[in-house]
Amino acid sequence: MKKVNLILLAILSSALTLVSCGNNSKKNPDTQKTTASANTLIGAGATFPYPLYSKMFHVYHQKKGIKVNYQSVGSGAGIQQIQNKVVDFGASDAPMSDEELKESPGYLVHIPTCLGAVVITYNLPEDPSLKFTPDVLADIFLGKITKWNDPRIAKVNPNVKLPSLPISVLHRSDGSGTTYIFSDYMSKISSDWKNKVGKGKSLQWPTGLGAKGNEGVSGFVKQTKGSIGYVELAYAYQNKMSKATLQNKSGNFITPTLSSISAAADIDHMPKDLRVSITNTSASKGYPISAFTYILVYEEQGYDNRKEKKAKATVDLIDWMITDGQQFTKALQYGKLPEKVVEKATKRLKTVTYNGQSLLK
Amino acid sequence: MNTALKHNIVISESGKITRKEKGFKRILWIVALSIIVLFLVFFLTLVLSSLPSLKAFGFSFLYEKTWNPVAGEFGVFPFLVGTLLTSFLALIIAVPFSLAVALFLGEYYRKGIVSGLFKNIIDLLAAIPSVVYGFWGLFVLVPIIRKLEMLLNVSPYGVGIFSASVILSIMIMPYAISLTRQVLQMVPSDLKEAAYAMGATRFDVIRKIVIPHILSGLFAGILLALGRALGETMAVTMLIGNTNALPTSLFSPSNTMASAIANEFTEATGQIYTSSLIEMALVLFLVVTIINVIGRKLINHFAWDE
Repeated sequence: MKKVNLILLAILSSALTLVSCGNNSKKNPDTQKTTASANTLIGAGATFPYPLYSKMFHVYHQKKGIKVNYQSVGSGAGIQQIQNKVVDFGASDAPMSDEELKESPGYLVHIPTCLGAVVITYNLPEDPSLKFTPDVLADIFLGKITKWNDPRIAKVNPNVKLPSLPISVLHRSDGSGTTYIFSDYMSKISSDWKNKVGKGKSLQWPTGLGAKGNEGVSGFVKQTKGSIGYVELAYAYQNKMSKATLQNKSGNFITPTLSSISAAADIDHMPKDLRVSITNTSASKGYPISAFTYILVYEEQGYDNRKEKKAKATVDLIDWMITDGQQFTKALQYGKLPEKVVEKATKRLKTVTYNGQSLLK
Repeated sequence: MNTALKHNIVISESGKITRKEKGFKRILWIVALSIIVLFLVFFLTLVLSSLPSLKAFGFSFLYEKTWNPVAGEFGVFPFLVGTLLTSFLALIIAVPFSLAVALFLGEYYRKGIVSGLFKNIIDLLAAIPSVVYGFWGLFVLVPIIRKLEMLLNVSPYGVGIFSASVILSIMIMPYAISLTRQVLQMVPSDLKEAAYAMGATRFDVIRKIVIPHILSGLFAGILLALGRALGETMAVTMLIGNTNALPTSLFSPSNTMASAIANEFTEATGQIYTSSLIEMALVLFLVVTIINVIGRKLINHFAWDE
């Protein structure tokens, strides 16, 4: 009887695995099929803007009758899928690297859709609000400052009674855009960090524990007195977590808010291809760990027997997202694109063509 | 006349039967072969996809201690140590418990409400998804272990090798118990009765007759349990601390191969990074295979001794 049960269990589980594999392998032809139908667009990529995108796409469907199917599979997979041309647009938190662009079969245009930020969160007795300067922050995450009552932390926070607790650092264990933005910032403010750790979605961490996802990091921070970690801004607000105030490049101490991350994007030297890192921003009121999230489309849309109607629909959708669609950013705790950036992004979108003809008039 | 007719029918039917018989056998062959094909395909896929990293690092992949996706340097050693350490520690914790529970159910309370209740609960334990074990560990076990660590004066992370091993031991116990109970039922009752007739006590019988008799079966159970522990992902990743460095003590945070693959694969970009993760899967696959082969040898060894 027992044996029968075990065997049944084995058969069931193997059947389940087979079924789930089957689903996976089916996915590609499916997406291709739907790409062919006229009123449906397919996108895939970053998980970070997913709540905003699904709101935008829902409203867009009601208004224009175009259905958008967005799969939040992660930035890496999103880039891969647009490179394989199985989706109409890809989405990525970090802009593609020069090598990645070179590997792509066509030139990919980057259009920023909204802003996100990484918040430093911590757990101390009596929940004081803390300030950090770049060098103190870097040395905490490098494991050089190990106690909360270190004179360097005390110097920046003269009115806070700091306990003599050891600092336990928490970081993401899974590869993530949040880690990328955080390490991009750290590499800019600390040469030590740049040489020893560098920037990436997964890192070789000099100190601390890893936890999976924003929820993993925040769970540990909430449980452990004396801990410090980093999470995405929207997540920190939704869960009412402590948020450190950081000193930006201009020397101002900035609290992470929706307006301070939008301010971070208000820079003058925006490059033409819009691939830019705005961490450690030069904007005087900008929060220093902010970043754009992007949509990726081919500059020349006339590929693989693509219909002009479809190409036009893709460009129209993106145009709507960076203009009318921006109204949904605030409620969902994403940073709104500043006017200047919308202007530049629209200009960039006009360079997207179908057989050489601009799609956006 | 009547008998001859009957005879005829039997003959024609038996002809059909042999044909059916052959067809059935052929189907069984094909299905059985597909298992071997599946295994080979699986192995080959892993080898082929990890070729870039095999070429780049060679054997140093096995003993190198750095895992640095940014610099593109990959070595699996800390994960290998973490995997083996947590799994064997889990076994050390689980085996005495499993043996005791199996003896309790197999020798002392074979039938009745009590044993029925116990058996059902053990089966239920096996059915709990690992993510639930992970959550339970995070919210119940970790604070307890943190207190223990404070008492022992080691850094009170709460997560690490020890926490992961404890949760793993709870997860593998149901398997070890069910299998041990099955082999207990196979101990010939005449042997036990003979011992009782000689005036042996229950404890004597268990020690001198039952346990020696079930050794090989016990090993099989442990092996199956070890297989599960080596590959367990979700619960481990929630409790091990995910620190890609060699553990320095029983309580230090570490990482396992399964956990690292699950964490990093979705966002891994670049050929060498992806193929290193696949090579890590290959190493895990080989470790499980090697342990299985050694285990089978040991089972045969004990079975021979009987």
